[in-house]
Amino acid sequence: MNTMKVTEQRGLSVKHLLGIKDLTRADIELIFSQADEFKEVLDRPIKKVPSLRDVTVANLFFENSTRTRLSFELAEKRLSADVVNFAASSSSVKKGETLVDTVNNILAMKVDMVVMRHASPGAAVFLSRHIEASIVNAGDGTHEHPTQALLDAYSIREKLGSVEGKKVVIVGDITHSRVAISNIYCLKKLGAEVMVCGPTTLIPKHIESLGVKVEHNLRSALEWCDVANMLRIQLERQDAGVAYFPSLREYSMQYGLDKALLNSLSKKIVVMHPGPINRGVEITSDVADSDQSIILDQVENGVAVRMAVIYLLAQNMKRG
Amino acid sequence: MRQVTLIDSKLLHLIITRLSCQLIENHEDFSNTVIIGLQPRGVMLAERILEQLKGMQPKANIAYGVVDPTFYRDDFRIHDKPLIAHKTDIPFSLEGKHVIFIDDVLYTGRTIRAGLEGIMEYGRPASVELLVLVERRFTRELPIEPRYVGKSVDSYDNQQVRVMWKKDGGEDKVMLLTE
Repeated sequence: MNTMKVTEQRGLSVKHLLGIKDLTRADIELIFSQADEFKEVLDRPIKKVPSLRDVTVANLFFENSTRTRLSFELAEKRLSADVVNFAASSSSVKKGETLVDTVNNILAMKVDMVVMRHASPGAAVFLSRHIEASIVNAGDGTHEHPTQALLDAYSIREKLGSVEGKKVVIVGDITHSRVAISNIYCLKKLGAEVMVCGPTTLIPKHIESLGVKVEHNLRSALEWCDVANMLRIQLERQDAGVAYFPSLREYSMQYGLDKALLNSLSKKIVVMHPGPINRGVEITSDVADSDQSIILDQVENGVAVRMAVIYLLAQNMKRG
Repeated sequence: MRQVTLIDSKLLHLIITRLSCQLIENHEDFSNTVIIGLQPRGVMLAERILEQLKGMQPKANIAYGVVDPTFYRDDFRIHDKPLIAHKTDIPFSLEGKHVIFIDDVLYTGRTIRAGLEGIMEYGRPASVELLVLVERRFTRELPIEPRYVGKSVDSYDNQQVRVMWKKDGGEDKVMLLTE
């Protein structure tokens, strides 16, 4: 029996993953070390372990998603959990049911964990106060997208060896981006230096209070950094009728990353993108497909990181 | 806590030599045999045995891997403490191979059961034999028995068998701890 090592170990400090803000550095490092083991599982001929065979997970997507939803579903299936999927577009939400009612009805069917994406900031926190199940926030409005930040930091750690001391610039629509906020929390907790870069209209006021630098010139930002995370312009979240920048073409000229700019930098930086990419707007195709881009590694790591999150949260729910 | 030494470093060396001789007797040049250490504590013993075998059979090319049973355990969400996984590294197929499974202490047999399920992901082995340094007698909860045993001991449930290695900073020995 290998019990000795087990007794020295600790689990996650949280019951839910609502945001990176609630996690400690030790939590994040634990998630990463477990993700390493799950990455190995995903390289096996049989990419599946039976750990969660008695756990049922509901994926509640009140907002559209391809990558995140597939990634979560694969992560759950690779852990042998039973999975039920729900998309708001084809559900009773359209008939006027409230969020708590919808979720309670699903929980009445004996679901242990809920992975939820919702358009309202704070939806996951709200839900965690009303239901018993463990909740994983898969994006709540402009608030947080914790698993994306974890997989981004994990990908940086994989590519550069560690996150500590690295300089990361997040470029684009910071105001409307939950990825940006979660990334800032996560990278800061891991000891990275963070800068945000974009037009004044897309950078929230007082963002310096989170301990980040602000830069409006893309070239200066790229010269400073080791890693550039190029965000998408969140057209669907921008207020109708408000012009944050004159045109996509002008945005692209000022804040788009193309091969010529990338090659003119004094060092080789790592390029990231959380997807979906608007090719030709925030980055050009030749940059997205270049050897400096780790965009597809991010997607691959997403499954392992989500497996680690679900596995560690399930660990905190005792079998009753 | 009371401590009794079950195996001192001299005896431990003798046992490792004997177990290695027994393996050579049954598997000759290890051409179709692989050694798999069980994470986390079995790996130390497996590495020592491997080292010994290489000294005795310098020409043999012995395949070696480690498996972590954590994801296959039956006490996930029951165990008081979190079950944190360790590395699994089996860089070859086990299809048709004779597997020597190595762990330090055999107690309930549940870890071995989980480990067996883990290695089945890497192909269908021709056979699996179990080697343990210490077998705690009459404590099995599953029908699992070792083929190679360093030492059999009788112990109570409130006792713990702890294997210590020089590599960890102490000396090579096996202790019986009583609470």
